[in-house]
Amino acid sequence: MSKYLVNKFLYTIDRDPELVRRYKEDPAHTITWWEAERANQILNCTDEEHSTWLAFTDAEREALRTHDHVKLFEMGAHPFLTLTLFIAMFENDHQPLDYVRAYAERMQHIRLPYPDITT
Amino acid sequence: MADVVAVIASTHHPFYHRTSTLPPEERPPFAEEWITKISAFRETLTRAEPDVLVMVGSDHFHQLWLDNMPQFLVGKAPWFDANWYNEEREFGLPRMKLRGEEELAAHILRQGLDAGFDLAFSNELRIDHSVTCPIITLRPEADLPIVPVYTNIFAPPLPQPKRFVQLGQAIRQLVESWPSSRRVAIIGTGHLSLELGGPRQFGPAGPDPQFDRKAVEWIASGDIKGCLAEVTLDSLHLPGNATHGFMDFMLMMGVAGEGAKADYVETVDLFHTMEAYFTWFPGGARA
Repeated sequence: MSKYLVNKFLYTIDRDPELVRRYKEDPAHTITWWEAERANQILNCTDEEHSTWLAFTDAEREALRTHDHVKLFEMGAHPFLTLTLFIAMFENDHQPLDYVRAYAERMQHIRLPYPDITT
Repeated sequence: MADVVAVIASTHHPFYHRTSTLPPEERPPFAEEWITKISAFRETLTRAEPDVLVMVGSDHFHQLWLDNMPQFLVGKAPWFDANWYNEEREFGLPRMKLRGEEELAAHILRQGLDAGFDLAFSNELRIDHSVTCPIITLRPEADLPIVPVYTNIFAPPLPQPKRFVQLGQAIRQLVESWPSSRRVAIIGTGHLSLELGGPRQFGPAGPDPQFDRKAVEWIASGDIKGCLAEVTLDSLHLPGNATHGFMDFMLMMGVAGEGAKADYVETVDLFHTMEAYFTWFPGGARA
């Protein structure tokens, strides 16, 4: 489990309008591309000076590929990152507040204590 | 030495700007009460006639990221650009640009380090809605220089609540020891009970109205001891998964001081949060 890398994916997609669109429309290819090209990029460093060890687990790849925000929560991804990105992708397809309420509704089985989000 | 002319603590609801700038016929039913209360709250800062604002807030994964995460950071720069693409996208917040007060930032950094707070610093900081929301509500002219102070209430492991209180106490002393005749307001924003991205989000009220009532009482009465006796990093998970932002209110209680009763207290019940607004006038309010 790499909560950090899942968070890094959510964070770097969310801040780029083009990547938000690509992840919404074609999650599978976006994840494959991102893991190959971006997962090991250190955000404040040049491309040449990158990391070499970051990779998703199969479960993480699957949760991201299926836009499964409930699974991401259960894995300990940062809920603010997930919510912000998913609102960007899907809220405009719904009436005001309907999307975020349905988002909560799908998580009603989750009880305290919530999964640890510490990285 | 500088005067602390107002201490202000508030929630930072990112939708106030959009709500208050809609044409009246398009505003939601809660807008009028909210706008009226914000106008009265704004007057408390205006009356204090500040020259400089120290602004306590928290970056929401904009510039500060998990590869390099400071616990407490002071912005020292001549200018601060403000608000981010995802805040324009989701909240309709405008891009802003605020002047920095570098001399006070340098004083807080040097003296804070010497007083035992290992503060991080940034010389190029783009600030987010935790600082711009109170500018919009309290000083929409955005004409005063600021010193932003960022706290980590967001990316655990977090500092303990008592450390937030201690930093607030230190900031008060540091501002009051600044060799300057300028009038300083110290403003900080956080949350009461709040859930984001979890099963209790966007309910008919804040996720824990009982916590909210208790929190407002702690803040309004300056009951730092009572608050610290009940609030822990673990306990803050119970009222809602984003409630650690309450520690910025605790920081502001530290600025105001133990037992300092707020001179102005107001709350607004919105559909998914309680908003709360507090002002202290340490030297007494101006007529």
